[in-house]
Amino acid sequence: MRPFEDVVAEHGATVLRVCRAVVGPVDAEDAWSETFLSALRAYPDLPAGANVEAWLVTIAHRRAVDVGRARSRRPVPTATLPDRPAAHADPGARDPDLWTALQRLPTKQRQAVAYHHIAGLPFAEIAELLGNSPDAARRAAADGLKTLRKHYREDETA
Amino acid sequence: MIPNIFDGLEADDGALARLHQRLEHDAHTADVLDVAYRTIDTPVGALLLAATTAGLVRVAYDVEGHDAVLAGLADRISPRVLRAPARLDNAARQIDEYFAKRRTVFEVPVDLRLADGFRRDVIEHLRDIAYGRRESYATVAAAIGHPRAVRAVGTACAHNPLPVVIPCHRVVRSDGSTGQYVGGPLAKSTLLDLEAA
Repeated sequence: MRPFEDVVAEHGATVLRVCRAVVGPVDAEDAWSETFLSALRAYPDLPAGANVEAWLVTIAHRRAVDVGRARSRRPVPTATLPDRPAAHADPGARDPDLWTALQRLPTKQRQAVAYHHIAGLPFAEIAELLGNSPDAARRAAADGLKTLRKHYREDETA
Repeated sequence: MIPNIFDGLEADDGALARLHQRLEHDAHTADVLDVAYRTIDTPVGALLLAATTAGLVRVAYDVEGHDAVLAGLADRISPRVLRAPARLDNAARQIDEYFAKRRTVFEVPVDLRLADGFRRDVIEHLRDIAYGRRESYATVAAAIGHPRAVRAVGTACAHNPLPVVIPCHRVVRSDGSTGQYVGGPLAKSTLLDLEAA
């Protein structure tokens, strides 16, 4: 089994992009951290030959749902946001329009778009995560992408 | 076309470095950091240092191939291996002091699980060879009660999991020549010269 450090090095960036797309730039780092800590804990039991990226996205999916729930229970942040990374240092936040556009999508569409177009998961696996059929997952990704392209950078979509 | 839409989510190195540090801390706190490692630069090249929760478990020379050594630790100890320097701070500082001639004895907890049986006996004996002293392979063999196992002592030294810290470099040939070394002959003479100066 490869050292877990290799897993972080190989998949850390992709999982962060998935987290940013699914829960947004502010909660993404919490989701990433919980994902990799859970993965590290479970790693020795991962079957040989497993698709590591799909496994990580599965964990991220569950963690992101948890982070989302925690956020919805928390009070709405006020104007002062201490202890948070500066927005301008974070590309996810540097491009707030993208997150705004993603946020407008129904959750399953946002998840299907992220898992397929960022993580490259096949629709059969996405369907298992979303609890729908591969066809429904494919439609969710296609509809989500269509809406995204309509609302995001309309002027640049040539 | 399609992937470009998501360029704005691209992970930057700063964020990934910050997240890695947080993972190191969280893994330690959650007691799932089975093997922590870092590398340090020394006069004998880059050394890999690895520690379990019990102590320093491996020191490796560049020529051993650090990736191969880490893969070995993942197989033999646990795949929960992370680059997490904090656990190695004390060992790194003491090795720096050793090369600066400000330290003659290492005081770090060690985990000798990678050496067992005869090799473990040899390693335990090596720990008693004082700074600046030398012993022949034959002397070591006699000291552990296997006077004819001179070659096996050489093999045990070559498989010392903690070179530098456990001084297999102080074991030389009976004719006074330095002999083989896991870090190469140049590293061995560098250490012997350092301690003799």
